[in-house]
Amino acid sequence: MSDLEPVIGVEIHVQLSTRTKMFCGCAPSFGDAPNTHTCPVCLAHPGVLPVVNGEAVRRALIIGLALGCEIAPRSIFHRKNYFYPDLPKAYQISQFDIPICGRGEFTAIREDGSELKVGITRAHLEEDAAKLTHGGGRRAGADGSVVDFNRGGTPLVEIVTEPDLRSAADTAIFLRQLRQTLLFLGVSDCSMEEGSMRADANVSVRPVGSQTLGVKTELKNMNSFRFLERGVEAEIARQREIIASGGHVQQETVHYEPDTGHITSLRSKEESHDYRYFPEPDLVPVAPDPAWVEQLRTEQPELPIPLRRRLVDEMGLTQEDAEVITGSPELVAYFMEAAGLADPKSCANWIRGELRAQLRELGQEPWESNVTPAHVAALVGLLAEGTVSVPAAKEVLAGVIETGDDPATVVEARGLGQMDAGDLSAIIAEIVNANPDQAQQLRDGKDKVMGFFVGQTMKRTGGRAEPQAVQALVRAAVLGE
Amino acid sequence: MIDDTTVRHVARLARLRLDDAEEQVMREELSGILEHIDAIRAMDLDGVPPTTHVIELENVLRADEPRPGLSQEDALREARAVVDGSFEVPRMD
Amino acid sequence: MGLRDLTATEQIAELAAGRVSSLELVDAHLDAIARDDVEAFLAVDAEGARARAREIDALPERPPLGGIPLGVKDALSTRDIVTTSGSKMLEGFRPVYTATCVARLEQAGAVVVGKTNMDEFAMGSSTENSAYKNTLNPWDHDRVPGGSSGGSAAAVSAREVPWSLGSDTGGSIRQPAALCGIVGMKPTYGAISRYGLIAFASSLDQVGPFARTVADAALLLKHMVGRDPMDSTSLEWPAPIDVPMATDLAGLRIGVVEELMGEGIDPGVKAAVEVALVKAEALGATIVPVNLPTALSGLATYYVLAPAECSANLSRFDGIRYGPSAEADNLLDQYEVTRGRLFGPEVKRRIMLGTFALASGYYDQYYGRAQRVRTLIVREFAQAFEGVDVLASPTSPTVAFPIGDRTADPYAMYLADVCTIPASLAGLPAISIPCGLSDGLPVGLQLAGPAFSENRLLDTAHALEQVIAFDTRPPGLAT
Ligand SMILES: [Zn+2]
Repeated sequence: MSDLEPVIGVEIHVQLSTRTKMFCGCAPSFGDAPNTHTCPVCLAHPGVLPVVNGEAVRRALIIGLALGCEIAPRSIFHRKNYFYPDLPKAYQISQFDIPICGRGEFTAIREDGSELKVGITRAHLEEDAAKLTHGGGRRAGADGSVVDFNRGGTPLVEIVTEPDLRSAADTAIFLRQLRQTLLFLGVSDCSMEEGSMRADANVSVRPVGSQTLGVKTELKNMNSFRFLERGVEAEIARQREIIASGGHVQQETVHYEPDTGHITSLRSKEESHDYRYFPEPDLVPVAPDPAWVEQLRTEQPELPIPLRRRLVDEMGLTQEDAEVITGSPELVAYFMEAAGLADPKSCANWIRGELRAQLRELGQEPWESNVTPAHVAALVGLLAEGTVSVPAAKEVLAGVIETGDDPATVVEARGLGQMDAGDLSAIIAEIVNANPDQAQQLRDGKDKVMGFFVGQTMKRTGGRAEPQAVQALVRAAVLGE
Repeated sequence: MIDDTTVRHVARLARLRLDDAEEQVMREELSGILEHIDAIRAMDLDGVPPTTHVIELENVLRADEPRPGLSQEDALREARAVVDGSFEVPRMD
Repeated sequence: MGLRDLTATEQIAELAAGRVSSLELVDAHLDAIARDDVEAFLAVDAEGARARAREIDALPERPPLGGIPLGVKDALSTRDIVTTSGSKMLEGFRPVYTATCVARLEQAGAVVVGKTNMDEFAMGSSTENSAYKNTLNPWDHDRVPGGSSGGSAAAVSAREVPWSLGSDTGGSIRQPAALCGIVGMKPTYGAISRYGLIAFASSLDQVGPFARTVADAALLLKHMVGRDPMDSTSLEWPAPIDVPMATDLAGLRIGVVEELMGEGIDPGVKAAVEVALVKAEALGATIVPVNLPTALSGLATYYVLAPAECSANLSRFDGIRYGPSAEADNLLDQYEVTRGRLFGPEVKRRIMLGTFALASGYYDQYYGRAQRVRTLIVREFAQAFEGVDVLASPTSPTVAFPIGDRTADPYAMYLADVCTIPASLAGLPAISIPCGLSDGLPVGLQLAGPAFSENRLLDTAHALEQVIAFDTRPPGLAT
C-alpha cells in the first residue's frame, strides 16, 4: 500500500469589528443583557429590509487586497435558505457565485524560514447568526433553547482556501499568520476564544502522487489553534486507519473532543442540505469604484509576513524574534521605535524577553506600561557602554516599570552602576581567601564551582557586576590566569 | 409532473406539515400549474441574460453609524415564550 | 351630497376653507366604516384616528393633506395597530414600527382610520384568500372586489374612505381598482419605499394609491415617492409628482397591446376599452397597434418568480418571535405544524411552488429560465416605447366575477392578472381608470409607461377621465 498524504483546506469566519451590524444600525453586542441590541430588521419583523453596511464592504476589500484576491467589479448578495432559530429570516444573506473577493494567495513562513503558499478561493461578506443557548428553556423543560439576537447580524467575512495544506502543523501556521495579518489590518478582534474568528478544516487523505482528492470530512468549530492542530492531526490519523483497514471515509461533519482527543461524528441530518440560493432582491450590486480599491491598496499597512522578512534580513533578528515581535501591530510599532534608537537585535531581545516577562506579572503589554520604547533603547545603550551589568539592567528595568523614570535616573538613584574593576578585584580576593576549599576545587579543574564564586560575588555587590567579568577575575585570583 | 416524493421533499424543505389529503391535492394542483408554467421551458433563451433587478442601482451603502433600536420589552412583546429576556424555542432533535 | 361623496381634493379644500373640521370628516367616515357594508376593513383605529384629527385641527397651520382619512392595506406595518396581512399567521400581531410610506403620509396630514382586507399575504385576485372574511364588490355584493388589495378598493368605492393604500405585485392595485370602478396606480418599481410592506415578491412589490379621481391618486403618490434610507431599492425621485391638469392629448402616441385585446378578453371589456381609445383619439392622441409577443408568457414567468421569492420571504413566519404558534414540544413541529396550520391553502401552494422552483435540480429549468424571460419582456417594453408614449390595454380580462366562482381552480384565478403582470415584471408604472360598464359592472383601462413617466401617465389618465366621465358611485350605495 502506497503512502497516504493529507490534503487540507480551511474556511475561516471573521467577525468584523464594525460599529453596526451588517444590514441594520444596531451595535453588535457581546455580554449585555439579551435582546437589548435589536431592531425590527435584525429580528426579521414583517416588512423590514436590509441595507448594506459600507464599512463592512470597505473591510472586506481590505482583507481581499491583503490576500492578493481579485476584487469583483460587481458582486451580488444571495439568500441562503434554511430554518434554524438563530437565523430569524430563515435565510442568511450571503454571497454565492460572485463574491466580493475572488482568487488570491497567502504566503506564510514556517519556523525554518521556508515559505508556505496557500491559494485563496474566495472571501465573501455575510451576516452572522444569533446566539442560541441549548438547555436554557423553562416552559419546554430543560431541553428547550433560548435565543439572544444581540450579536445576530454581525458582519462576517468568510475566507475559503484551496486544499493546499499538507499537514496539521502547516494548517496551524497558516491560520496563526492569517490571524496576525487580519489583526494588522485592524478589521477584526480575531479572538478564537470569543468566536470572532472561527475556523473549519476540510480534511482528506490520498495516495502520495495522486492528483484526485479523497473523500473529505469537515472538522467543525475549533476554538483554539492548538485544538485545531490536534484535531486535524487526529482526523488525519483516523482517516489513515480507516483506509489502512480497507474501509472508506464517509463524507460527514466531525468534531474533535479536546478532553479525550477523540473525533466524533456529528449526527448527520436526515435531509441533505438544499440551500436554494437565489439573488437577494432586496439589495443591489456592490461595484466598488476602481479608484477606491486603488486607494485602499496604497493605504494598506506593512503586513506581518513581509515585515517579518525585513526584520530577519535587514535588522538581524532571528525567525523566532520576528515571530514574537510581529505578534501584534502595537508590538511592532513599539519595537520599531526602540530599534530606531539602539541596536535592533538587542532591543528585540529585551522586549520579547525581560520586558514582557516582568510585565506579565502586572498583566500589562509593553505599550501600556511605564516603559517607553526610548527607555528600552536607553537601557540597551547603558549595557553596551558597560555602565550596567545584565543583572543590574534587569533591576533598572524593574525600576522603570515602577516609576516611569529614565533608566539613567534609576541607575543613579539605586546605585546600580557597574562596579569599578579595582573594587571588584578586591572583593573577589576576599571571597577566594575566605573559601580555600572551593578555590582548591577550581584548581583541580572542577569548573562547576565557578558558579559558587559568581553567586557570592553577586551577593556582595548587589548584582552590580557583569558575570563574565567576575569569572575572569576569579580565574585570575585563583589560577593566576 | 410532480410526484408524491417530490411533494413531500419540498414540503419538508419549506417546513409545511401537510396531511395525506392535503398532500394529494397539492400534488394535483402543482402539477396543473406546472403544466402552464412549462411554456417557458420551451422558449428559446439562448444568450439571454437573467434579470434580477429592473432598476440599475449599485452601491447603496449605509454609513457605519449606530441607530437606536428596540427596548428589550418591545423586542420581546410579541413572542410566544420568553425566558429571562430571551426568546424560547422548543428542544431540537 | 354628503361629506363622503367629496373627493380627497375637495375634502382638503373644505378643510382649508374652514367649512369642516378634520374630526367631522373622520367621524363621517368612521360611521360608514362601523357599518362596513362591503366588509372592507379588518381593523379600525377609531380612537387613534379621532385623536389625530383633533391634533391636526389644533395645529396653527393645516398640513398639505389637511387631516382627511386614509385606509391602509393590512400588508403595511402600522405601529400598535394590528397588522395581519390577511393571515392567521399574524393574528393579533401589533407591529413595533410603521411603514415608511404610511409615516410619510401621516406626516403630510393623512389620518389612518384602519386596515383593509386583502388576500392572505397579497396572494390572490379576489380577496377570497383572506383568512378572515370576504370583501364584497360595492357594485354587486355577490361579486368579488378583485385582489389582492380588495379591501382598499372596496372601501374607496363604497366611500368609506376618500382614498387608500394598496400594494401591487402582479396587479393587486390595478385589478381591484378596475373591478370596483375606481382609480388605482402602481408606480415605477423603486418609487415608493417598501420598508414596512410585508413582502410577497420583493423584486415586484410596489405600494400605490387608490382614489376616485386621477388627481387624488396623484396627490397621494406625490407625498410617498422618493428615496428611503431603509430601502436599498428605493429611488431618488427625479421630479415632483404634479397634480394632473391636461385637457387634451395632442401629439400623444398610444400603443394598443394586441396580445391583450384578443382571446381571453371579454367582449364587453374589449368594447369599453375601444370606446375609451376612440375618445383618446378625439383628444388628439394617435392610436397605433403594438406587439408584445412575450407578454403572454408573463403569467408563467410571474408564477415562477413570485412564488420563489415568497417562499423565502415567508420563511420568517415560525411563531417564535411574533405571531401565534402551534403548541409544539420540538423544533421541527414548531416550524411545520405552525406553518402548516396557520398559512392558508393559496399561500401554501405558492410556497410549495416557489420552493420547488428553487430546489436543487430544478433551479435552472424554472427560476433561471423565468429570469431570462423577464429580460425579454423588459426588452420588448423598451422597444415598444421607442414608438409610443403610453401603452393601453384592459386592466382585467373580465369584470368582477361571482364570489366562489374561481376558488376551485387556482390557474383560473391566476388568469385575472394576465394584463397587469407584464408591466410588473418590467417594473413599469401603470394606472387603471374606469372606462365604462359591461353588464352594469365597471371596466378598467390600463395605461402603462416607461420608468419615471408617472407625470405623463397621470396627465393622460386625467384627460381621458374628463371625457369618459365615469360615475364612480356604485348604484344603490347607502348614503
Ligand atoms: Zn438591528
